[in-house]
Amino acid sequence: MRRFSWFNATSLTLGFAFLYIPMIILIIYSFNGGRLVTVWAGFSTKWYGTLLSNEAFLDAAWVTVRVGFMSSTLATILGTMAAYVLVRGGRFHGRTLFSGMIYAPLVMPEVITGLSLLLLFIAIGLDRGIITIVLAHTTFTMCYVSVVVSSRLISFDRSLEEAALDLGCTPFDAFRSVTLPIIAPAVISGWLLAFTLSLDDLVIASFTSGPSSTTLPIKIFSAVRLGVRPEINALSTIMIGIVTIGVITASLINKRAVTKRLDDEQKAAAA
Amino acid sequence: MAQPAKTPVVFAPWEDKTAKPLIEFNGVTKRFGSFTAIDNISLKIYEKEFFALLGPSGCGKTTLMRMLAGFENITSGTVLLGGRDIAPVPPNKRPVNMMFQSYALFPHLSVWDNIAFGLRRSDMPKDQIGDRVEEMLRLTRMEKFARRKPHQISGGQRQRVALARSLAKAPKLLLLDEPLGALDKKLRNDTQFELMDIQEKTGTTFVIVTHDQEEAMTVASRIAVMDHGKIIQVATPAQIYETPNSVYVADFIGDVNLFEGNVTATKGDKVEIAWAEGQPSIHATAPAGTKSGDRVHFAIRPEKVSISGDKPDDAANAIQGTVHDIAYLGNISTYHVQLSNGLIVKAQAANNRRLSRRNFTWEDQVWLSFTDTAGVVLNK
Repeated sequence: MRRFSWFNATSLTLGFAFLYIPMIILIIYSFNGGRLVTVWAGFSTKWYGTLLSNEAFLDAAWVTVRVGFMSSTLATILGTMAAYVLVRGGRFHGRTLFSGMIYAPLVMPEVITGLSLLLLFIAIGLDRGIITIVLAHTTFTMCYVSVVVSSRLISFDRSLEEAALDLGCTPFDAFRSVTLPIIAPAVISGWLLAFTLSLDDLVIASFTSGPSSTTLPIKIFSAVRLGVRPEINALSTIMIGIVTIGVITASLINKRAVTKRLDDEQKAAAA
Repeated sequence: MAQPAKTPVVFAPWEDKTAKPLIEFNGVTKRFGSFTAIDNISLKIYEKEFFALLGPSGCGKTTLMRMLAGFENITSGTVLLGGRDIAPVPPNKRPVNMMFQSYALFPHLSVWDNIAFGLRRSDMPKDQIGDRVEEMLRLTRMEKFARRKPHQISGGQRQRVALARSLAKAPKLLLLDEPLGALDKKLRNDTQFELMDIQEKTGTTFVIVTHDQEEAMTVASRIAVMDHGKIIQVATPAQIYETPNSVYVADFIGDVNLFEGNVTATKGDKVEIAWAEGQPSIHATAPAGTKSGDRVHFAIRPEKVSISGDKPDDAANAIQGTVHDIAYLGNISTYHVQLSNGLIVKAQAANNRRLSRRNFTWEDQVWLSFTDTAGVVLNK
């Protein structure tokens, strides 16, 4: 064990305090019994009850989840394909241009992405609704998926694919039965990332949503403009809970796989 | 046949002019951009051979093998397998399997499923696959580990699984890319004999790529020594060792003493080579066509040089020097003897006496001697 150091402990505390104190305050106030958000009036879970009977919020939540599932699934398929071509495709003409272009949306201001998508949808006469949000979210989350998947593919032993071809697989069969199962953790975490991004996107969704397809972040934002109500705190706490559970589960699965593997390898080497 | 049964059957299809080669490279060249990896190679490999491609890293041996597997395109020339041009055949349609240097075992599949992988993609009926996998597991003595994942077995076991997997489809040709590179020396020696055993049992043609000359000498029926994309010599291990065709091969395979000099006299196949001022000429046997005045190299293996305290009377060649260094290897010792002109000549002697009773030590004056047929005269 390394020696305990006051400096390290202080920086750790400060860092985490900076990150988490706002959220902790929000969670605490979601259990506030009073109507006023900033005045503590005893513990209560009544705002969670109110929330469950609020049809508008529930509708918005349902829209958000559907959009999240559809767009992250689409983005994962497209992003994995893009990553595969960029890493495996060799030196085809315009490769540098393509890899630059696929990462551009990472740094593109969301307002610009949203606006240009809005113009596109108007130009092709597509009515704004769930479909347009799904398309928009697929566009901007796809590059995150391809970053995650391509970094896995770069460290992937190419000879595994060659062995599959050598044993009689067609290139597609080799991808499906060897490459995909091995890079699955990266693909899954790419999907989770895309889902999370879609879940909390406000800017792009507000450009591309229609009247019948309000997502939760839009709903919260417009509700807050009329004043913060305690239900919003409750809703936000639920969202934090879902995201936390998701992230912890994903990292636990990943970590267990790694430690089990190292453990097995040590046993095999000793045997 | 009326032949006496005593004659041993020598396996040497390359001597037989009527034998059909399994693999035929005809003027094959491979370029990566401006770099020529394979330079106009022609080569024949016969059925049931254990053929080794030997050379330093970057000599093109792996590229040559990957062409057979179908992972490299051919820039020019043709490669025939069983008389058929294989250039348009994709890797998954070739009757060729490869054992990869990294073994390339599928980490998400068990040993059993790894071996069955190729069979499931062949036209073998489902009910026979299990039997074939069991057979392969027995062949490689891996029955106990069938349910393990690749990361749950040791390096030597992984090597055997990789071999079982590549043999499962009973390919016409098995390619082995540095198959024993990741094993430690003791295990490697055992596995070499195991490989030869399996090759004999299955009757498969093996082509092995290696940079380890000892390994090539042990396992192969013939060796192709490569350098810079060219084949320098193709011959049996004994021929490669005893009659290398060039300084490069003599130097690459085993240990060798090289003397560069001029031929001063020829008599039949005997020649005299003057190689240094004040040193006696070397008497040697040269290939036909060697003339007086030719610039040649005389190459002799250390174990063919005798070392003695007194000048031997009847030796064709005897040179005096002092013991500079002794490398004691247990069974043999290599003496580094410095001649009066500074050249160091290596001589090997079997240690058939105990250490305390050995004859020579550092700085002793000794005589080196060898017969006139012990070495080879090389003119390239």
